[in-house]
Amino acid sequence: MGGYIVKRLVSAVPVLVGITVIVFTIMALIPGDPATAILGSYATPENVERLNRELGLDRPLVSQYFIWLGNLAQGDLGRSFALNRPVLDEVLERFSATLVLAGAAFVLCAVTGIAAGVVSAARQYGWADKAITVAVILGISVPSFFLGMMMILLFAVRLRWLPVSGMYEIYGGGDLKDLLRHLAMPALALSVVATGVIARLTRAAMLEVLRQDFIRTARAKGVGEGRVIWGHALRAAMVSVIPVLGIQAGFVLSGAVYIEMVFQWPGIGRMLVDAILKRDILLVQGGVVFVAGCYVVFNILVDVAQSLLDPRIRT
Amino acid sequence: MRLFLTLLARNRLAVFGAAVLAFVVLVVLLAPLLPLADPDVTSTGDRFLRPLGGGPLLGTDHLGRDLLSRLVWGTRLSLAVGVAAAVLAGSIGAAIGVVAGYFGGSIDNVVMRGVDMLMAFPYILLALAIVAALGPGLMNALIAVAAVNVPFFARNIRGITVGIAHKEFVDAARLAGMGHGRILISEIVPNVLPVVVVAMSTTIGWMILETAGLSFLGLGSQPPQADLGSMLGEARAALITAPHTSVVPGVMILLIVMSINLLGDGVRDALDPRLRSGALSRPMAATLVDRAGVPEPKGAGLLSIEDLRTEFRVGPRRYKAVGGVSLSLAPGECVGLIGESGSGKSVTALSVMGLVASPPGVITGGAVRLEGEDLIGAPYGRLRSLRGDRVAYIFQDPLATLHPLYRVGDQLAEAIRVHHPVSRAEAGARAVKLLADVRIPNAEARARAFPHELSGGMRQRVGIAMALANEPEIIIADEPTTALDVTVQAQILSLLDDLRRKRGLAILFITHDFGVVGQLCDRVAVMYAGRIVEEGRTQEVLSAPAHPYTKRLIACVPELGGGRRRLEAIPGLPPAVDALPAGCAFAPRCAKADAACRAGEIALAGTGRKLRCLKPEVIA
Repeated sequence: MGGYIVKRLVSAVPVLVGITVIVFTIMALIPGDPATAILGSYATPENVERLNRELGLDRPLVSQYFIWLGNLAQGDLGRSFALNRPVLDEVLERFSATLVLAGAAFVLCAVTGIAAGVVSAARQYGWADKAITVAVILGISVPSFFLGMMMILLFAVRLRWLPVSGMYEIYGGGDLKDLLRHLAMPALALSVVATGVIARLTRAAMLEVLRQDFIRTARAKGVGEGRVIWGHALRAAMVSVIPVLGIQAGFVLSGAVYIEMVFQWPGIGRMLVDAILKRDILLVQGGVVFVAGCYVVFNILVDVAQSLLDPRIRT
Repeated sequence: MRLFLTLLARNRLAVFGAAVLAFVVLVVLLAPLLPLADPDVTSTGDRFLRPLGGGPLLGTDHLGRDLLSRLVWGTRLSLAVGVAAAVLAGSIGAAIGVVAGYFGGSIDNVVMRGVDMLMAFPYILLALAIVAALGPGLMNALIAVAAVNVPFFARNIRGITVGIAHKEFVDAARLAGMGHGRILISEIVPNVLPVVVVAMSTTIGWMILETAGLSFLGLGSQPPQADLGSMLGEARAALITAPHTSVVPGVMILLIVMSINLLGDGVRDALDPRLRSGALSRPMAATLVDRAGVPEPKGAGLLSIEDLRTEFRVGPRRYKAVGGVSLSLAPGECVGLIGESGSGKSVTALSVMGLVASPPGVITGGAVRLEGEDLIGAPYGRLRSLRGDRVAYIFQDPLATLHPLYRVGDQLAEAIRVHHPVSRAEAGARAVKLLADVRIPNAEARARAFPHELSGGMRQRVGIAMALANEPEIIIADEPTTALDVTVQAQILSLLDDLRRKRGLAILFITHDFGVVGQLCDRVAVMYAGRIVEEGRTQEVLSAPAHPYTKRLIACVPELGGGRRRLEAIPGLPPAVDALPAGCAFAPRCAKADAACRAGEIALAGTGRKLRCLKPEVIA
C-alpha cells in the first residue's frame, strides 16, 4: 500500500514538470513586451530595458524557464504589478475561498449524484428513475452561470431567503452561519452539472454491476435488498464511479470561475479573469500553475482512494 | 442504417431534441431573410422594454436594442462558433490520435504523454490560460475551447486506431507495398471517420456551453458583436431590474444544449447493441411470478417442485426455459439434474428461491414446496429469510460469484449475520471454522484473503463454506465443479459427499456430466428442452437408460481404459425453446422417432422410474 502511494507520487513528478512547461510556453506566446505592458505605452526605452533586465526577460527562453522554475520551487511566484503584492499571497488567499466553494459543491455533487444514480438504477423504468433521468438531462444542459442568476432572482430577490452575493456580510458577518448562508446558492449552482454527470454514470455502473453473478450470490445467501444495493452493488460500482469523481472535481474546480463572477465570490477564478483583462501575466501564470498543481495532487488522492477500494489494482 | 433510424425515431426524447434543434438551425440560417430589426441599432429611449408589452416581441436590452433580433443573431454566432470549435478540435485531435495509434512505439509514447499532461489541467483553466496569452476575443475563445478538447479526441481516436492498425486488411495493404500515407488515408481514416463524426456531434453542446462561458466572462465576443454568452454577461448588471434580458439568452443556451444532448444520447443508445437486447436491465430482488393457479400439493418430501414453469419474456418472444418440471427431494438425499446447456436445469434450480434474473425471467406456473410451504407465491421477506438459511446455493464460477472487493472471511461472516444476531467477532470466528471445515489449510490467514488471491479450487471451497454457513437442510449446487480442472473436481466432489453424509444434507446437484452424477447422486433426472424425460435411481438409469436421449448422453462420457469405444456426439441441436415442436422435443434428433412421437403430448409415465418416451430403449 505504502509502495503504491510512493509509486504514484513519483509518477506525478513528470506531470507536474509538464504542467510548468505548458504554462510557461503559453505565457511566452504572449505577443508584445511584458515590460511595456507593465509600464504602459509612454514608458521610456531605458525604463523598459531596465525592467526587462530585472525580470530576467533579456535572457533566452530556456534559461528564463529554469529561473522561473527555481523560484517556483522556493515558493516565489513573482509579484503582481496590478495589485503590487506577491503573487503567492494573493493566490493562496483567493484559492482558499475557491476551495470552500468548490469543496462544498463537490461534496454536494458526489453525495446527491451517487444517491440519485443508485436510486435510479434500483428503480429502473419506475417513476423515480424517469424523474431523475429528466432532472439529469436538464442538469447537464443548463449553463451554471445562468442557473446561478436564476437562483439569485428566486431565492435572493423574490423570496429573500439568502444574500445576493459575496462570501460574508460586510458588517457584522464572518461566522460560520454567515458563510453557509452565502455559500448555499453558489455551491448548489456549481454542483448541478457535475451532479448530473455523476448520477448518470453511477446509474450505468450500477446496472452493469447488478447483473453480475456475485449479486445473485448475495441474494442467495439471504442478504436484504437494501444491503445488496447500497452495500454489495454500490461498492463494486464505485470502482468505475471514483475516476469520474476525480474528473468532475476538475470541472467543479475550474467551473467555479463562472459562479465566482455571478455571486461575486472572492475566489481564484475571478482573480484570474481580472488578471487576464488587466494583462497581469505573472498573476495568471502563478494562479494557473498553482491550481493545476493542486489538481494533480488531488488526482493522486483519488487514485489512492481507488486502490483502497479495489485490492486488485494494488500491484 | 435503416434499423438505426427506426431505433432513433422510437426514442421520443431524441426526436424532441432533433425537432427543437432543426427549428433553431432553420431560423438561424434564414436570419438574413427574416423581417428582423437591426440587432445593433440602439435606442436609449426604449431601454428595458418588457417582452410581449406591445413593443418588440421579446422587449429590448439595456441599450434599447431589439432582443428577438439579437437573440437570433446571437444564436447564429454561438452555433457557428460551437460547430467550428467541434470541427477544429475533432480534426486536430483525430489526426493526432490516428498518427499516434497507427505508428505506435515512441511516437505514440511521446504524443500520448503530452496529451496526458494537457488532461491533467482542470478543463476551463487551460482555456483561460490560452485566452490570457492570445487576448480576449471570440476567435481566440474559439481556439482556446477547441485546443482544450483536442486531448479528448486524440485519446479516443488513438484507441480505435490501435484496434484497426492490427487488422488483416491493413497488413494486406502494407504487404501490397502501400506507403504509410496511403494506408492512413485509404484504410484507416475511412474506418475512424464515423466515430469522429459521432464524437464531434455529441460534443457540440459542450463547445457551445464553453464558448458561451468565456463570452460571459467578457473574454469571448466583444461588443457590439454578441453571442449568447456575452448577451447574458451584459445582462447580468441589470439582472434584478430587467430579468428578461438575462432569461432570453439563458433559456436559449439551455434549449440548444439540451436538444443536442438529447439527440446525442439517442444516437448513442441506438448504436449500442446492448440496449437493444434489453441486456442492460437489472434483475430484481426476486423473480416475477405470474401464474394462473397453484397446483394441489401432491409430492411429499422435504422439497417438492411441482409442475414448475419458468419462461423468459424478451419483447414479444417467450422462451419456455422450464416447461412443467416436477421433482422431489427427501431429507439427506442427493438428486442429480442433468442435461445439456440450455435444457433448463439451471433455471429450474434458480426458480426454487426466486433467483432467476427478472426481467426477463417470469415464473408462470407450478409450485415449489418446502415442507408444504409454497415458495413461489411467498412474499419477498419470507423468501429472503429462507435463502441461505434453509436452502443454500453453490454456484458455478466462484471467481464471478464471490464479491471481488470483500475479504472471503467477511463474505462468510455476512452470510451468518444476515440470519443470526451474532457479533462481528463471533461471526468472524465461525467463518474461520467453516473454512477449516471445507479443508482449507491455514484458514485464519485465508479468511483475510480477497477472492482473486485464491486458486479456483480454494474459491469453490469458500463457495461451499458459504452455503454451509447456516447449516441448511438443502443445498442446490449449480454445476459447482464445471469450472474446475479434473483433480480439483474430484476433491470437491468427495468433500461434498462427506459433508452430505455427516450433516444429513439434501442436495440438488445440477450438472451436464453423467460421470459426476454416478459418483454422488442417489437419483437422477434427465432434462431436455425444459422438461424431464427420464428419472430413476442412478444405478438403474446408468446401467439401463430407457430414453434414447439418456442413452446418447451416457455414451458421451469417456471411460478410463475404454479407449476403443468411439465417443459419439449427438447429431443436431436442441430445439429453440420459443418454438418447441409438438410431441417429443428430442424426436428431430432421435433415430427411432416416428409419426406418433411427433403427434402430441407424451406423458412422463411411471412411479419411481419415470419415462417420457414412446420408443424406450429398454422396458423400464
